[in-house]
Amino acid sequence: MNTTFKSHASLLLFLFSLFLFVPAAPAHADELTDQINKLAEGGFNDRQKMIEALAATGDSRVVPALEALGDGMLYQQKLGGKVFIVERAGSDFKLIDPVTLEDAGKMPKSALEKIKVNNRLRRTVRDALGGLQLNSKNAADRLAAAGAVFQSRDPEAIPLLDAAIAKETKADVKKVMLEARAAAVLSSDLDENAKLEAIKVIEERSGRDSRSLLLNFANTAEGKLKTAADESAGIIERSLAAWAGVQNVWYGLSLGSVLLLAAIGLAITFGVMGVINMAHGEMVMLGAYTTFVVQDVIRTSYPQLFEVSLLISIPLAFLVAGAVGVAIERGIIRWLYGRPLETLLATWGISLALQQTVRSIFGPTNQEVGTPDFMSGAFEIGQMTITYNRLYILVFALVVLAALMLVMKRTPYGLQMRAVTQNRSMAGAMGIRTDWVDALTFGLGSGIAGIAGVALSQIDNVSPNLGQSYIIDSFMVVVFGGVGNLWGTLVGAMTLGVANKFLEPYAGAVLGKIVVLVFIILFIQKKPRGMFALKGRAVEA
Amino acid sequence: MRSYLKTLLGATAIAGVTLAGATAHAAETIKVGILHSLSGTMAISETTLKDVMLMLIEEQNKKGGVLGKKLEAVVVDPASNWPLFAEKARELISVNKVDVVFGCWTSVSRKSVLPVFEELNSILFYPVQYEGEESQKNVFYTGAAPNQQAIPAVDYLMNEGVKRWVLAGTDYVYPRTTNKILEAYLKGNGVAADDIMINYTPFGHSDWQTIVSDIKKFGSAGKKTAVVSTINGDANVPFYKELGNQGIKAEDIPVVAFSVGEEELAGLDTAPLVGHLAAWNYFQSVDSPENAEFIKTWKAFTKNPKRVTNDPMEAHYIGFNMWVKAVEIAGTTASDAVIDSLIGVTVPNLTGGYSAMMPNHHITKPVLIGEVQADGQFETVSSTPGLVPGDAWSDFLPGSKDLISDWRAPLSCGNFNTKTGKCGGQGS
Repeated sequence: MNTTFKSHASLLLFLFSLFLFVPAAPAHADELTDQINKLAEGGFNDRQKMIEALAATGDSRVVPALEALGDGMLYQQKLGGKVFIVERAGSDFKLIDPVTLEDAGKMPKSALEKIKVNNRLRRTVRDALGGLQLNSKNAADRLAAAGAVFQSRDPEAIPLLDAAIAKETKADVKKVMLEARAAAVLSSDLDENAKLEAIKVIEERSGRDSRSLLLNFANTAEGKLKTAADESAGIIERSLAAWAGVQNVWYGLSLGSVLLLAAIGLAITFGVMGVINMAHGEMVMLGAYTTFVVQDVIRTSYPQLFEVSLLISIPLAFLVAGAVGVAIERGIIRWLYGRPLETLLATWGISLALQQTVRSIFGPTNQEVGTPDFMSGAFEIGQMTITYNRLYILVFALVVLAALMLVMKRTPYGLQMRAVTQNRSMAGAMGIRTDWVDALTFGLGSGIAGIAGVALSQIDNVSPNLGQSYIIDSFMVVVFGGVGNLWGTLVGAMTLGVANKFLEPYAGAVLGKIVVLVFIILFIQKKPRGMFALKGRAVEA
Repeated sequence: MRSYLKTLLGATAIAGVTLAGATAHAAETIKVGILHSLSGTMAISETTLKDVMLMLIEEQNKKGGVLGKKLEAVVVDPASNWPLFAEKARELISVNKVDVVFGCWTSVSRKSVLPVFEELNSILFYPVQYEGEESQKNVFYTGAAPNQQAIPAVDYLMNEGVKRWVLAGTDYVYPRTTNKILEAYLKGNGVAADDIMINYTPFGHSDWQTIVSDIKKFGSAGKKTAVVSTINGDANVPFYKELGNQGIKAEDIPVVAFSVGEEELAGLDTAPLVGHLAAWNYFQSVDSPENAEFIKTWKAFTKNPKRVTNDPMEAHYIGFNMWVKAVEIAGTTASDAVIDSLIGVTVPNLTGGYSAMMPNHHITKPVLIGEVQADGQFETVSSTPGLVPGDAWSDFLPGSKDLISDWRAPLSCGNFNTKTGKCGGQGS
């Protein structure tokens, strides 16, 4: 009884409220709908004006429509000209009313026309959303909005920002809002003192876009403001320059880690066993293709596993490349020990054959290997950007190297391997099956190349030519570091990486590479065994 | 003795008959040579062109061939090896007796086969955008010249307010010449030398960290900045990945590329790249009945519903149809007659208009500027109002602005100098 009464009352209340709002709300909604429908008219310039007009209404109901426009999900009916937000639903589109956000049925794609946007319009939308979302309940939205205002420097956003700053409780969002306000102040017609204060705020923010903003401002400013802006831009510039050195070292280490990954496997097959293996790059490629196949299977059958696809690929790539390595050793290389020239030619042939095989199976075009979320994007330390994928690759390279050293130094298999490479006949006399140790060692080197392929698929093309670009670099690292010495490979890779990155800004990428090559040629003249040469009788054997 | 003579005679007669039979049989088909790398570094781009030629030939044969004869494709593999291109071209023309060749991708491969085509007087259709500065009697250029791609793209960006320019390219002849033309063009439009940064990288460059951060730095000088990329082939994927990772958005620093099409994007996650641009004469997304038909046939031919189409494929489509039409006009496949009748031939292109072969052996095309979409396709954001005729000799380079090309009699010259009134200036 009680509940019925309650529901009756609320129904009444609801009807009453409907009655109250009926005259006002729909009219307003109609007006907005009309304005949104106009987005579809004219060229990019008209559309830009319409976006600005919508933003000027200050009505938060335009946010979904503008967001959809920026994302390319706002469509117009070919017949009737009504504009809808769409969602993909199979081959059809689900229509959503842009103002009320109510479901408006389904339609085939062909009955709708996309409202086109270009970069300029996307920028306009971003700026417009900045002003509208400063009061959003979601802190991330507010942060993004403040960032957008910083980019747009719209003086009309100052009162909005003031209100938002007064309410803001999160320190980091507030800081960005204050910076956005400073940027807006610089493009407003406020007095000199306010602007000087703003310049200080932006100077403290630092970074490239702050410098860009200040220089932009200095171009139009006069007198005291101009000198202050130039001065602050100079301070930022100096801090950027100081960071540039650190950044170069990081880039160098990151390039070095890629070289290291590509070269570790070769350090085994060439460094330890002395086989000039021209098919080494193709082992890397096989690893990358294994990653592709794993991701392909995951995409079609187990999409929830995508984030760990690379982890699954690592052992598989090791097995695939390792198995191919063992097959090559058993089938071809073992007949050619002690004949380096024939080995070189035979492995070169294998390399071409493997490339063409992959090309015939997967086609000549690049394959898409996705990046899991934890590896995308970047973070900033001071004034330098570190991308996650490079960071993970650096860590991964070091882990692989450490694991390999452990195998070599601490396992019976590692002991046998070292014994065989140091004195084959003596090792044989001790009961070691030298030919199987050879096969496994070659398999290990190839398998590690396969693991490198998993990592390289994240930064390079996955195409049949993937391996070719790494073979020269790998040999360079191994020879430079000292044949047969894993520490040498590490130091060699990092040295070459850093040297390359310090030369690149001055000499350009092409000349930088040549200079490094010349340096290595000279270095090898002086120290033919590389940086960390093995000493003792083993060398002569 | 007599019987021996008889047998000899008989044998000769039989041999004669078989020989005659062989020639008669050979004359029943018209041979079309396809000179695209199917292995090596360029296979990634060129294999598709081989496939599209096979498709076009198959389609033409379904319509009854040309001059009542079936077409027969002769495919060779020059293996991305430039001198081998010349050898294979010679093999196609002298040994296989093909009447026309469709082929080459890189400029250096084209330069390598030029003397062969000149010497043996055959016909080559070249389907790729290139640096211009060339017009040869035996070659028909169906790809874009710089004024059909680079210049309109830069114009579009200038309209969008770009004041500062990064010209980034792979270190070889096409990017270097194109950048030279663009630099002259930009300076002619009042861009200061300080506002242009030029950067070259080796083929297959994969470590873009420094360059992308340099671009970021260059773009933070307070003026709107754009990157004009002539980066070729394999190096593009790591370049775009680095752009995405370092957070360079198209709204802030757009990159317009001349060598990146649907095929290149197929190996990439394009979500972080939305808004970056490409300038071509064709996009798969173009909405025209011819294009819809072409895409349908292509997907059926390759038996792969995911295969994409791209600009050089359209160039072969146009070139092939032009050749068919010219052969029908000439009534023969003899080189000289076909070369003469090709000039002025007009065929439909895939963007809903018509392309014509001009006296300088280049064709008229529309220029489209497209933005990358999240699905790996391009969306046209700007197109030239009419067709743009390809200009063999750039108007913006000091050495070539006085040169014109006209292969019609009586001029019949690929590099006529209008100042000196003589044929034979620079180049060939």
